[in-house]
Amino acid sequence: MNNDTLIPLVGVVTDVRQDTPDVKTFRVNALEGGKVFEHMPGQCAMLSIPGVGEAMFSITSSPTNKEYMEFSIKKCGCLTEWLHAMDVGQQITIRGPYGNYFPVETELKGKDLLFVAGGIGLAPLRSVINYVRDNRENYGDVQIVYGSRSKDDLVDYQEIIDEWMADDNIQVNLTIDNSQEGWDGHVGFVPNYVKELAPSTNKTVLVCGPPIMIKFTLAGLKELGFSETQVYTTMELRMKCGVGKCGRCNIGNKYVCKDGPVFRYDELGALPDEY
Amino acid sequence: MLKISAEKLNELFDKIASQQTLYIPVDREDKCAEFKKYESGMTLSKALNTVRSAKDFFLPQTENLAEFRRSGKTIEVKDIRKESEDFVVFGVRACDAKSFEILDSVFLAEPVDTFYKNRREHGTIVTMACTRPEETCFCTTFGINPTVPGGDASVYFDGESYFFVPFTEKGKVFMASISDMLEDGDVTKLSEVQAKAREIMTRLPLANLTTDSFGGEKLMEHFNSEKWAELSEACIGCGTCTFVCPTCQCYDIRDFDTGHGIKRFRCWDSCMYSDFTKMAHGNPRTSQLERFRQRFMHKLVYHPSNHEGEFGCVGCGRCLSKCPVSLNIVKVMKALEDK
Ligand SMILES: Cc1cc2nc3c(=O)[nH]c(=O)nc-3n(C[C@H](O)[C@H](O)[C@H](O)COP(=O)(O)OP(=O)(O)OC[C@H]3O[C@@H](n4cnc5c(N)ncnc54)[C@H](O)[C@@H]3O)c2cc1C
Ligand code: SF4
Ligand code: SF4
Ligand code: FES
Repeated sequence: MNNDTLIPLVGVVTDVRQDTPDVKTFRVNALEGGKVFEHMPGQCAMLSIPGVGEAMFSITSSPTNKEYMEFSIKKCGCLTEWLHAMDVGQQITIRGPYGNYFPVETELKGKDLLFVAGGIGLAPLRSVINYVRDNRENYGDVQIVYGSRSKDDLVDYQEIIDEWMADDNIQVNLTIDNSQEGWDGHVGFVPNYVKELAPSTNKTVLVCGPPIMIKFTLAGLKELGFSETQVYTTMELRMKCGVGKCGRCNIGNKYVCKDGPVFRYDELGALPDEY
Repeated sequence: MLKISAEKLNELFDKIASQQTLYIPVDREDKCAEFKKYESGMTLSKALNTVRSAKDFFLPQTENLAEFRRSGKTIEVKDIRKESEDFVVFGVRACDAKSFEILDSVFLAEPVDTFYKNRREHGTIVTMACTRPEETCFCTTFGINPTVPGGDASVYFDGESYFFVPFTEKGKVFMASISDMLEDGDVTKLSEVQAKAREIMTRLPLANLTTDSFGGEKLMEHFNSEKWAELSEACIGCGTCTFVCPTCQCYDIRDFDTGHGIKRFRCWDSCMYSDFTKMAHGNPRTSQLERFRQRFMHKLVYHPSNHEGEFGCVGCGRCLSKCPVSLNIVKVMKALEDK
């Protein structure tokens, strides 16, 4: 019988990094080494500990990383608590990749890019950012606006400091919600910061974060003169199958697991406001 | 046309059942019909249709997907799929036969659901033409002809004999396996019975219901209709309509720790339930209005928009007769249609 996507593969955790008080980033390899499967930036995978639960997570590493996949996971329930208690060497099940991806090889090519992320929302965008960095000649200006509640809640802070900020070809703007000792950077919410920065309206924007942040960011971008066709985001709805059959994750006639999770804003606008 | 007389029907069932598993509709003690595995002596139900649809045969209410063994840090995945045995479902009505095409458009689309496909390949569907459609029937609204019910082979009853016609390869193989029991028959009376059934259909209360106001183009208009509040007010979210419906296909996936291994199974789920879309950071459908709207929008708008106009309802009437508070798709269609 042919393989069935609902029957998962086994992977092994080869590194665990505590990113913030409630986010850990896990490196996952195939048992025989290398990656369990290939993916494109923005795609997701179903991770599971059998008997505990199964859930969808963005693959936060870039496809240009040929050695392993990474997942940044926020602790918020049964499965994610279990995952946070894992050590190196723990095996997990994994299936995917699921969903569409940011159009890095088509619409985004040659464009000036603005990434806007809040909190764990950096996870899917990090995959695109590193993909773009590894194919730098294919894209124009790159600007990243990223914010979290506090300095400690910035995911991948070390990589941001050591690699992104050190890269002359990228502009990075960090912000935190409230001022805090040891932080001399910007303070304030992400949507307001984007408005203050007033990025050029010829940029293509990739936004991901909590729904409320996305909403205000979009409103701000519109005020600045951006059109909905310039903005991409990724959606998060409850998922079980990942392939458009269990009927759980639809917005109108679109299944987020299959037709998404990446949507251009004008596409979302044509769908019922039920997310 | 090849036929068998009514008094020999059980002999025929015995023969089929001696070759492969056979399911037929039989009456329960409470007079409700349900599909049962045939055992010698069982009588074919005379009811128009079964309470539950025939979707169980291809999308069972629960089924195991995989097994796991966890020890220390290791996980072993066991593929427990087996080739299904051949089976025959006898007496499927035209509406339910059509429902399999709708399920096919979901489960056989890439990536193919191998669990479903396996059963589809091994199941032969023998349909039975309707002679007395009931008040809750409106299959014709969806272009279904209950006197020509489709499937792999069809059976027509003229009151005395059952006439057989094959449609597919599987149907021909089935016919060949029983050919020694069939004889040539005169269809004069059958034509009369068929004409009578067609005449009843034109007089049914729902005969004039049309799908003209529905389909993918009407997505936002229907979604934003003010009628949903009143329509859904009485719904208690029991999920009955989704469980009896032949085309409802939503499922859940869960794990069960048996103590000596973990089984992952899927089971029917219902978009009418409040936790269906619940997430860590909220729920996109917090009220019964939204959940009720989802079920009917899916059948009348979303499914046709994704499947070349094919509606996700076959007019079987089950949700009309089973909803405890008398809500159903016909009420929704009548309220939303532009007059
Ligand atoms: C496309 C997609 C991409 C995602 N990417 C990431 C990511 O990169 N990092 C990350 O940390 N999280 C991500 N999530 C969210 C992640 O799936 C949930 O945090 C996870 O399911 C919670 O599981 P749990 O067992 O720990 O919680 P549970 O114990 O199951 O539940 C806690 C709460 O979460 C709800 N819940 C169950 N399943 C989901 C779900 N799929 N999404 C949201 N809530 C759910 C439950 O109903 C309950 O209210 C993503 C979700 C989707 C759909
Ligand atoms: S919606 Fe109602 S009438 Fe239509 S197929 Fe389902 S149960 Fe039958
Ligand atoms: S419509 Fe009727 S059968 Fe369906 S969930 Fe509501 S009350 Fe139950
Ligand atoms: S997760 Fe099953 S349909 Fe999207």
